[in-house]
Amino acid sequence: MKGSYLLATLIVFLAVEAEAKAIILPPGNLEARDHPWDHGEKIDLTWRLSPGDETTVQNYRIFFSLYPEGPFELAGEVAAGERAFTAEKLDRQESYFFQVVAVGRERAQSDPAYTVDAVSPARQWLDGNRFPFSIITLVFCGSVIFWIDRARRGKPINIRKIAGLEAVDEAVGRATEMGRSCLFIVGIQDMNDIQTIAGITVLSRVAKIAAELEATVEVPTTRSLVMTAAREAVEAAYLSAGRPDAYNPDLIYYVTDEQFGFVAYAQGLMVREKPAACFYMGAFFAESLILAEMGNTIGAIQVAGTAMPAQLPFFVAACDYTLIGEEFFAASAYLSGEPSQLGSLKGQDVGKTIVAIGIVAGVIMHTVGTMAGVESPLGSALISAVRFLKEVILT
Amino acid sequence: MKRAVPLTITALGGFVLIVAYFIPAAQGWGEIAAIWFDILAAVAFVLGGGNLLKIHLKKVSDRKGGWGYSGITLAAFLITLVVGLAKVGVNPNPHFPEVALSGGYREIGSPFWWLYEYAFKPLTATMFAMLAFYIASAAFRAFRAKNVEAILLLGTAFIILLGRTFAGVYLTAWLPDSLSGLKIENLTIHIMSVLNTAGNRAIMIGIALGIASTSLRVLLGIDRSYLGTGKQ
Repeated sequence: MKGSYLLATLIVFLAVEAEAKAIILPPGNLEARDHPWDHGEKIDLTWRLSPGDETTVQNYRIFFSLYPEGPFELAGEVAAGERAFTAEKLDRQESYFFQVVAVGRERAQSDPAYTVDAVSPARQWLDGNRFPFSIITLVFCGSVIFWIDRARRGKPINIRKIAGLEAVDEAVGRATEMGRSCLFIVGIQDMNDIQTIAGITVLSRVAKIAAELEATVEVPTTRSLVMTAAREAVEAAYLSAGRPDAYNPDLIYYVTDEQFGFVAYAQGLMVREKPAACFYMGAFFAESLILAEMGNTIGAIQVAGTAMPAQLPFFVAACDYTLIGEEFFAASAYLSGEPSQLGSLKGQDVGKTIVAIGIVAGVIMHTVGTMAGVESPLGSALISAVRFLKEVILT
Repeated sequence: MKRAVPLTITALGGFVLIVAYFIPAAQGWGEIAAIWFDILAAVAFVLGGGNLLKIHLKKVSDRKGGWGYSGITLAAFLITLVVGLAKVGVNPNPHFPEVALSGGYREIGSPFWWLYEYAFKPLTATMFAMLAFYIASAAFRAFRAKNVEAILLLGTAFIILLGRTFAGVYLTAWLPDSLSGLKIENLTIHIMSVLNTAGNRAIMIGIALGIASTSLRVLLGIDRSYLGTGKQ
């Protein structure tokens, strides 16, 4: 009895040791190819699974080097059963050698499978991942251009009234009646921000009304380039209003690039000058509420417009009128009243239609896919389609 | 000519950046355009500094209302400029001990660092701290239940604020698991992740389309109001 017990223990011990020392066979047929439709920084690798992959292999480790003899650096790992990997962040000026090693339990490794020839990532003419988005962009831009052209040919265009923009005239008029100035802040970003450009287009309209009504517009800025652009716009507005003599460039000036330094100045200005109307049009951050609350405290009529979603609630709470998101961008077209500009607003509707179709299709596919179950072929296909819609088409 | 050149530069720069997004081979062009903007912005610092001096010197000289503040602004500007540019009090770089002014102007203990740490940063922090009081006053006005929409807003805000506190969690802790969705902390999560996200996305989509449309107007030269004269 004792002998048979010893024999069994010995057999178990030998079996465990044999498994621990199991020879892990290398994967085979390693092939490296340039990743298609990319910027030239990826290479796709494929290989045949190591014999005994299911039982002995835990993962595959992929290495790369500039020289066939190494040294090799780790590019990544994939789990057992996987037979492909994409090496990323490579330099297209270089050529690379690759190795794939199967790794088993207790860190036992196979001999490497390796590439004989060096492979270089190549840059393609078009980013394949962005191809669907490029089609959407073309359709959207095409529709905007189509509607602009249509409007130029005299087709009537109806645009809904935007209360915030209607209030611009009222605010400047009120400032004139009260004999006080208007304060216009074009956000705190530079001219490379589209919101600043949109803000300056509204400024030109405000300046024109101010010139006609003989009101004063003061424009402190946080960037000197914005100051220059604002001066040009206001001067042009005074010119077109027939009052070039009333234009005073000293009312459009640079304060500081510093966010809170600028706010401190603007607050002081509001308290001292008590402007009757305050306009905040552009990109704002934490300073939005400080400015708007101060304007509210001094009893100014306030109109704000921004595309910063986090600041919109503050402006809504503290200002009389707020241009929300697209209304702000529609402002210049709306205020100018030019058919060609108004046409671009109609073109936007095509973009909205595309988005709406995408949302409805995505919601239906995701709902049906979830109801069918992710494991079922239909459910899996629909969920994959939704992922494609989100991660490829909309990204 | 005065407008044709800026329009051409704008259109070129803008379309290059768009093309660079889709065509990998053109990505370098986009980087060049961005570098050019940085160069322009750097030159503009001189323009800004000059304008600051001019405006505030004029205010001081005319004894306009609040001219004392202008005096302080000028003093602060000039002191910071001189201390930074002249590297006042900066130790030599340890690698080049024989070269005067070779150390970093922002090294710890230098006068410029001192100005930044003990003058600029506290002032900035003070301004930021004031935001808390402004939020309270804005919230007080916004949450007055004057109509149905305001009541809805007030109710939603009340749930969210309460759901973020220990008291809120404690208040509905007694609810059974079958009604866990009604616990205030879960209601808060639901409002933020479903209702708020949906509203936010609608705004974001509008903004994205508005940006694209405005950019196109600017690039095509249809909207020129930012350039000056409306008609030529």
